[in-house]
Amino acid sequence: MGSPNPVRVLALVKYVPDAQFDRHIDSAEHRMVRTESILSELDEYAVEAALQLKESSAAGSTVVALTVGPEQAVNAVKKALQMGADEGIHVSDPAIAGSDALATSRVLAAAIEKAGPFDVVITGLSSTDAETSLVPAQLAERLSVPLLSFANSVELEGSTLRITRDSDAVSYVLEADLPAVLSVTDQANEPRYPNFKGIMAAKRKTVETLTLADLGVSADEVGTAGSRTVVVASEERPARVGGNVITDDGEAGLRLAEFILAQKVL
Amino acid sequence: MAFSLVYLDSISSPLSGASLELIAAGRRLGDPVVVSAQPVSDESVAELGAAGVSGVVVPENAGTEAHTNFLTFETQLLAIALSETEASGVVLPNSLNGKEIAARLGVKLNAGVVTDAVDIAEDGTVTKSVLAGAYTTQARVTEGPLIVTLKANSVEYTAPAAAEEPDLLEIPVEDPAPGARVVEVREKAVSGRPDLTAARIVVSGGRGVDGDFTPVEDLADALGAAVGASRAAVDAGWINHDLQVGQTGKTVAPQLYIAAGISGAIQHKAGMQTSRVIVAVNDDPDSPIFEIADLGIVGDLKNVLPQAAAELRKRND
Ligand SMILES: Cc1cc2nc3c(=O)[nH]c(=O)nc-3n(C[C@H](O)[C@H](O)[C@H](O)COP(=O)(O)OP(=O)(O)OC[C@H]3O[C@@H](n4cnc5c(N)ncnc54)[C@H](O)[C@@H]3O)c2cc1C
Repeated sequence: MGSPNPVRVLALVKYVPDAQFDRHIDSAEHRMVRTESILSELDEYAVEAALQLKESSAAGSTVVALTVGPEQAVNAVKKALQMGADEGIHVSDPAIAGSDALATSRVLAAAIEKAGPFDVVITGLSSTDAETSLVPAQLAERLSVPLLSFANSVELEGSTLRITRDSDAVSYVLEADLPAVLSVTDQANEPRYPNFKGIMAAKRKTVETLTLADLGVSADEVGTAGSRTVVVASEERPARVGGNVITDDGEAGLRLAEFILAQKVL
Repeated sequence: MAFSLVYLDSISSPLSGASLELIAAGRRLGDPVVVSAQPVSDESVAELGAAGVSGVVVPENAGTEAHTNFLTFETQLLAIALSETEASGVVLPNSLNGKEIAARLGVKLNAGVVTDAVDIAEDGTVTKSVLAGAYTTQARVTEGPLIVTLKANSVEYTAPAAAEEPDLLEIPVEDPAPGARVVEVREKAVSGRPDLTAARIVVSGGRGVDGDFTPVEDLADALGAAVGASRAAVDAGWINHDLQVGQTGKTVAPQLYIAAGISGAIQHKAGMQTSRVIVAVNDDPDSPIFEIADLGIVGDLKNVLPQAAAELRKRND
């Protein structure tokens, strides 16, 4: 298992509004309100997969955590460093705000190319805010490397990466030669928690901050100008209200049957 | 009227409800042309015509496995079909494969992609639900074709007034992109129960079933319902991941959703809170699932579910 040569793995991380709190879209611009944010939970699986690839491969393997986002988004990279990533890259530029997946993948691809040769770029299944799952395939297309996406399990053997992937009717075993883009589901592993040692070590790790100019990307290729989709309306759905609650007195099953029959769905 | 493209993974005879819905959505954007990487029989071409499809595009040598790369071939096929037809939009299923092809196509054509659509208007406005169902948004593309993946059971199909006689066009497709290789494809066992995402009733079990899904399955069978599960039940290995409902599982919106032994975590609610009616059975009165349940039953599912199933069977006789 693993690669006999050192591998360089990029884990892409996103800083997203915490789903444990109420999340909002502002009614003027129809953009996500980005307070109370955290490293996207689904990206923890990407970081874990990256660390496992490093640990199963030759000494000298490295994991780089990369994020694109506003100033605070560096916290997503810091969490990845605490988990064990070696270095961080934070692409930040006011022009990027409002980018759709197409524009975001453009910035990420430029940042990945700037970061130098890689063996694997790993993402989570989707972001937990926009949830489109589009970015991994768009990166593979832009970087001209194979894509292994929605992986439920991952195996690296030499320079061949192999995954299992489920669809409704079938499950696939897919493989590709490195370098490749990989996206992992929450079935792929169990993300580690940063421990004391990891938290302390992270303080000495460096995060490189890059702007669009550093990447050679112009402002009209990102943000709303570089996007091809626009949200034109957003409406908060009325919260569901709970109804009748009964306590089982030995006959609640009968009440349940009555209730179901009254719904006329049979 | 301009053309629209409708991508179908496979074409059954008679056409599946899912295929008809995609065609119905395509009809809103233009004269629908079906694109498939699989061979299409004469019988299917006629059925597609009856559904209002004006053309069918397949690759030369469809189905001969000449290509082994995963999904890059399908992307290339659609990209060529799009440039040939100058279609105003592409409708794909909202499956993992559909989203992956849509994503790639977006980059190839520098076009806008909208996933998880629940509605498409004739002017190209797409409706979807975001933030775990907390908001409904409408999006459009700013220029170029619209690429959209449509959720199942979102759009209603009605037969067109007149049938078409679609031409079958075979186009040469080469697969230029470096792709992933398919090493193995395993068919999954079919359960005999209704499909989770299409079922009118879903009965789901969580950690509270404590290793035994029998009460959940038994009630589901008494109702002709699909079985679902929380991630805790899936992670414990009690039930297959295919049946997980929630953020990282299936999104369901049945007429009736019965949650048994499920606490109602935000990630679970993300997959079921747009159900028409929700029932919760949970032995903890403070469980958050009760906040969204139309009927809440505080009790042990091992007593409540079998009693309900028995009563329903009795009433049915
Ligand atoms: C990134 C991420 C993605 C996730 N995606 C999903 C997802 O897609 N779907 C999902 O479901 N979860 C998901 N989760 C997990 C989610 O946060 C919860 O942990 C999970 O939903 C809990 O499952 P549960 O309700 O079955 O278990 P618990 O929260 O443990 O609740 C069990 C409930 O059963 C009740 N109970 C126990 N015994 C009985 C009995 N005999 N009779 C009646 N009631 C009983 C208890 O009172 C309790 O309320 C995700 C989490 C993360 C971090």
